Amino acid sequence: MAYDYAKYLRAGKIPHIWCPGCGYGIIMKSIIRAVDGLGMNKDDLVFTSGIGCASRLPGYIDANTLHTTHGRSLGFATGVKMAKPELNVIALGGDGDMTAIGGNHFIHACRRNIDITCLVFNNYIYGMTGGQYSPTTPKAARATTSPYGNSDNQFDIAQLAIGAGASFVARSTTYHAVPMEKLIKQAIEHKGFSVVEIIAGCPTGYGRKNKLASPAGMIEWQKANSVNKVQWDKMTAEEQAGKFPIGVLHQEEKPEFIEAYDANVGLS
Amino acid sequence: MAKAEKIEIYVNLCKGCEICVELCPVDALEMKDFKAAVKDLDKCIACMQCELRCPDFAIEVYKQ
Amino acid sequence: MAKEVKFLQGNEAVCEGALYAGCTFYAGYPITPSTEVAEILAARLPKVGGRFVQMEDEIAAMAATLGGSIAGRKSLTATSGPGMSLKMENLGYGYLTEVPCVIVNVMRGGPSTGLPTGPGQSDIMQAKWGTHGDHPAVALTPSTVQEQLEETVRAFNISEKYRIPVILLTDEIIGHMREAVNMPEPGDLEVVDRKRPTCDPKDYLPYKPEADGVAPMADFGSGYRYHITGLNHLEDGFPSNDGKLAQADEIRQEKKITDHYDEIVVVDEMDTDDAEILVFAFGSTARSAKEAIKMARAEGIKVGLFRPLTIWPFPDKHLQKYKNKVKRIIVPEMNLGMAILEVKRVMEGTVPSIEGINQIDSEPITTITILNKIKEGK
Repeated sequence: MAYDYAKYLRAGKIPHIWCPGCGYGIIMKSIIRAVDGLGMNKDDLVFTSGIGCASRLPGYIDANTLHTTHGRSLGFATGVKMAKPELNVIALGGDGDMTAIGGNHFIHACRRNIDITCLVFNNYIYGMTGGQYSPTTPKAARATTSPYGNSDNQFDIAQLAIGAGASFVARSTTYHAVPMEKLIKQAIEHKGFSVVEIIAGCPTGYGRKNKLASPAGMIEWQKANSVNKVQWDKMTAEEQAGKFPIGVLHQEEKPEFIEAYDANVGLS
Repeated sequence: MAKAEKIEIYVNLCKGCEICVELCPVDALEMKDFKAAVKDLDKCIACMQCELRCPDFAIEVYKQ
Repeated sequence: MAKEVKFLQGNEAVCEGALYAGCTFYAGYPITPSTEVAEILAARLPKVGGRFVQMEDEIAAMAATLGGSIAGRKSLTATSGPGMSLKMENLGYGYLTEVPCVIVNVMRGGPSTGLPTGPGQSDIMQAKWGTHGDHPAVALTPSTVQEQLEETVRAFNISEKYRIPVILLTDEIIGHMREAVNMPEPGDLEVVDRKRPTCDPKDYLPYKPEADGVAPMADFGSGYRYHITGLNHLEDGFPSNDGKLAQADEIRQEKKITDHYDEIVVVDEMDTDDAEILVFAFGSTARSAKEAIKMARAEGIKVGLFRPLTIWPFPDKHLQKYKNKVKRIIVPEMNLGMAILEVKRVMEGTVPSIEGINQIDSEPITTITILNKIKEGK
């Protein structure tokens, strides 16, 4: 018996808009399996997103879905969650949406530790607008706006989230479809602000310009350059160079924002 | 070794990205007219890697 | 039994109005001269089961305000000057997605940081044209602390009834002024709640208008799973690139407001029956105008006051009555000439002289200034 994704998909909305080989479809499937695995009620499930390729995802999911303005999904998500804390709110977006135009909202949502699951799809590029460099585009990489190679420095999204105070931070890739599903589950179950950074390929906007044109090649690249956190911690800086850790990178228990607020003001 | 009873490929959903073909560890899939196709069902070990990594909901593997 | 009378600050009266209307969520960011609204609601909302959040910026505050409303709570935010400019992006989202909420803009001097602690009326055009794209707009301009309360209730009512963000466009003078307010008791003022769907969730179309041009709105989490997007969308809420349908929907949204002009537009007209001169004044400036008119009348000058409590939609129909009737219209406003452009548009050359009194020096336009203008004769 094949997996029944249709249960969480809106009828008639697939095929999605993403390009051939885009990793976002792989992430969407992992999200569906995670949500299904947790037995979540669709009526209590909210997806918010900003603008960009990743942010089109909520339109496909049969839930309460809110496709907002560029970078602002966490602001909307905060309003929804504070109005109805009983809802499960998943806010998602791409690297540009969450860490460039939405960077301020991202770090403050981390700091606030509000019980929202934040999924950041990191494909190292602005895909929707045709391949401009983003805050995560590697140094020297080509983009339409870095025709001589990228001069800019990169955000490490997971480290940014940890530094800003998120109480659960993980990273995965589209190669690791099943571990990704498990990390998303953990993130949803975690009480507090949880971030999962998911490395994905953009063959059209990034790969073609950077000798990684094959979608499968981009997935193989993720496999070759990602290292499990346990192993990562045993590696020297030299061994770590050019690679990145995956798995649960940070987890702590600390008061969740709305619970703390309600206790303070006498609402609980 | 697990075996597949059937590999269903929805040609209308397949965008021809070749992820499934290239990542198949046993060379059970191939491209045909720019779409994924089953090359040799007997080779399939039902590892599910193609189904998991198909971004387009275009492959379903039915285990025996 | 006599009604309770309270001595309230204007911004405080906004809070009383919001609570009366049933507001239970506020998201904001501190900014002079609107901050008291946030401070007071931070203390008051939890007492009525509501929540308050101070967001990281005005953009997020507007986003959270809309999010709170989408999940079913009457939501408010308050700001001023630069904060209003930042809210414009998500305000546009609120218009396109038809999410009710109220935005208080306590106008100060500008542009940019401008004169933060002084009054201004330079956001009149921003309230209509501030965000990109075509959309209907509703903005209310109270002149007294009593009206701060009552117009806040009315702002919520209009927003709920027509699924539209409504701007309470007040200014620093009224926001910080203290006056006696007759506190309304439950039932004294109408309180409107949005229409919610009653159909089977599988049949729900979030943008299929009823006869009044407005579609029922489901709260997130109420069993009606649907999609909201800032892209132009069809009745089912999903995006469409069909320009013809997008145009039809934008026109439908304009019409849901213009078709209800009589319910939305309120104008206070004083001494206008025999008036040869009309003073068009709103907000705090209308207070000076009222006194000036009384003084001019005492001198036998036939002058009247036209005071819109609804500045958007512009009170065209009310104003048209004075076409070919009055000889002069005087428009005092704390900007370099904004509302006067609309007055000229409506009057279409039927009034021999339409004159502005314009001041942006952070001082109110005084009664004497207006009286002198009335007496100037021209």
